[in-house]
Amino acid sequence: MLTFIANRLVRSVIVLLLVSMVTFLFMKLVPGSPFSSDAGGRPRSPEVQAKLEAQFGLDRPWVEQYIDYMGDLLLRFDLGPSMRQKDWSVNQLMFGRDFWADPWRAPVMISAEVGLFSFVLAVLLGIPLGVISAVYRNKLPDHIAMFFSTLGVSIPNFVLGLMLILVLALSLGWLPVYGWGETWKQAIMPVITLGTGGMAFIARLTRASLLEVLGQDYIRTARSKGLSEQVVLNRHALRNSLIPVVTILGPLLAAWLTGSFLVEHVFAIPGIGKFFVTAVFDRDYSVIMAAILFYSLVLVLANLAVDVAYGYLDPRIRFD
Amino acid sequence: MTTNTQQFGDATLTAEQAQLEEILKRKPTSLWKDAWRRLLRNKVAVVAGLYIILITLAAVFAPIITPYGRDEPDFANVRAAPSVEHPFGTDPLGRDVFTRVIYGGRVSLGVAFVGSLTSMLIGVVYGAVSGYLGSWIDDLMMRFVDLMYGFPTLLFIILMMLVIPPNSSPGLIMVGLFVSLGVVSWLGTARLVRGQFLTLREQDFVVAARALGARPRRIISRYLLPNSLGPVIVALTLSIPNLILTESTLSFIGLGVKSPVPSWGGMLSDGWRGMRAAPHLAIFPSLAITITMIAFNFFGDGLRDALDPTMRGRE
Repeated sequence: MLTFIANRLVRSVIVLLLVSMVTFLFMKLVPGSPFSSDAGGRPRSPEVQAKLEAQFGLDRPWVEQYIDYMGDLLLRFDLGPSMRQKDWSVNQLMFGRDFWADPWRAPVMISAEVGLFSFVLAVLLGIPLGVISAVYRNKLPDHIAMFFSTLGVSIPNFVLGLMLILVLALSLGWLPVYGWGETWKQAIMPVITLGTGGMAFIARLTRASLLEVLGQDYIRTARSKGLSEQVVLNRHALRNSLIPVVTILGPLLAAWLTGSFLVEHVFAIPGIGKFFVTAVFDRDYSVIMAAILFYSLVLVLANLAVDVAYGYLDPRIRFD
Repeated sequence: MTTNTQQFGDATLTAEQAQLEEILKRKPTSLWKDAWRRLLRNKVAVVAGLYIILITLAAVFAPIITPYGRDEPDFANVRAAPSVEHPFGTDPLGRDVFTRVIYGGRVSLGVAFVGSLTSMLIGVVYGAVSGYLGSWIDDLMMRFVDLMYGFPTLLFIILMMLVIPPNSSPGLIMVGLFVSLGVVSWLGTARLVRGQFLTLREQDFVVAARALGARPRRIISRYLLPNSLGPVIVALTLSIPNLILTESTLSFIGLGVKSPVPSWGGMLSDGWRGMRAAPHLAIFPSLAITITMIAFNFFGDGLRDALDPTMRGRE
């Protein structure tokens, strides 16, 4: 088991390093410099540009810049200054001006909240839905559930978000259009938007997996022993069918992360995603790089956790 | 052949013989004809397929079928709600939304098709090489793929699109889209093809071919590739919704083709700002994206069921 974990850990570190190098390289390759025009949008003269670049250390060889950046990042947890928002450092953008005073307002925490609620929604609704579908296979509950989950998987989440806003907020006025943190009502639409795709996917997968498990011999044995269907389900079938679901949680988390910045953009939620989108628009490279590194870190950690969990649940994987 | 059973007059033997003769009389059929017939029986897939053909034709013949010019402004008629003259309404510059949605299909579908073909090409070549050569080469190549699986693909695409200068021509942006989408999505196909090659390699007909002295090129092109194609086509079709979604996402955050060239994601991005007063600006691009994605999903599902060899003979 330990070698398994160590193996996965090493892979994760390699991926993170690769991501950081590739991201850094691309940041250097993008045309134009963040200093080519000033805050008012007027173009700066080349001499002023050169001076500003030297001040920010952008004229040194790339390898040196990379090492410095990574050193700052890993040793002092400093992500550098934002290049567009003059007063702010990237740390402040991501963690709020004063993190320890009010951690819940920090963009990182807000994004985490949105993600967590969506995750809980998807799992709490998705798995039971899949189970019901499998148990009542090819009857009405199955058809209804599968129809909605196919829809859920197919509708892009920003489309869903827009439709929800249109109907629930603008037409009916039941829910606030945007924002986060002031009332619980603000949480409903974003969480539904972000969670539906995942819920649909989990439902389909749970159904397929449970159906496969129910066809196995040991289930037949349990039934022939005279156990009630309920007991068969709970004690034997469900556990084994949930294993594949755990495995897809990794890539699913990836979809959540990337979908989350769209949702934050649409609902004007002040999380990391919103800063990321703004930074992409403005070409604020230090924020872009930090956001990409952050997302990659979360993704790699999630994949690692899923891999280890999978290894724990399914002994066959460990001895591969 | 038909006469001996009647002569002997044994009831069960007759029935069985008759059945066998019935089967022998059937015309020989191939995997593809079989699959085609099964596909046509799947009504949902057929409807989805017709829709796909429809929008593809619409995108290709856009200049002919659209009532207005793509960029034709009509300042007297700004943000008009849908009407008979403008079935989808007009945008803030008075341009007909229906026309722009059809032209937008060119970008979205074009990117999806070319992107998926590119990724399929890369994936098939990579998987074929890995699967055919086997042993340590295969090991190494697959390790690389496993590593790449951990990569956040959308972020990578965003990075690549950032490299393109903001005011480049739409053509350059589209090429950038093709390349970045292709480079990022080939992993699944590679794994698929490699798996197929590994299995097929050991089958008798391939071993026989090799024993007869067939060159690798012939073995690959005549035996391995055609038999691997089925799942690859399915994977291709099912990857298109994701590519459409990715392109729309990129356009939505401003990294795709820019105005005046319409794309569904871009139109959505412009539309949602004015959603309160003019919801039709957001609704129609959304519908376009959603319905197209659903159609490709259903068609891909139908293809997969049709090509599934375990379902043969279940007519």
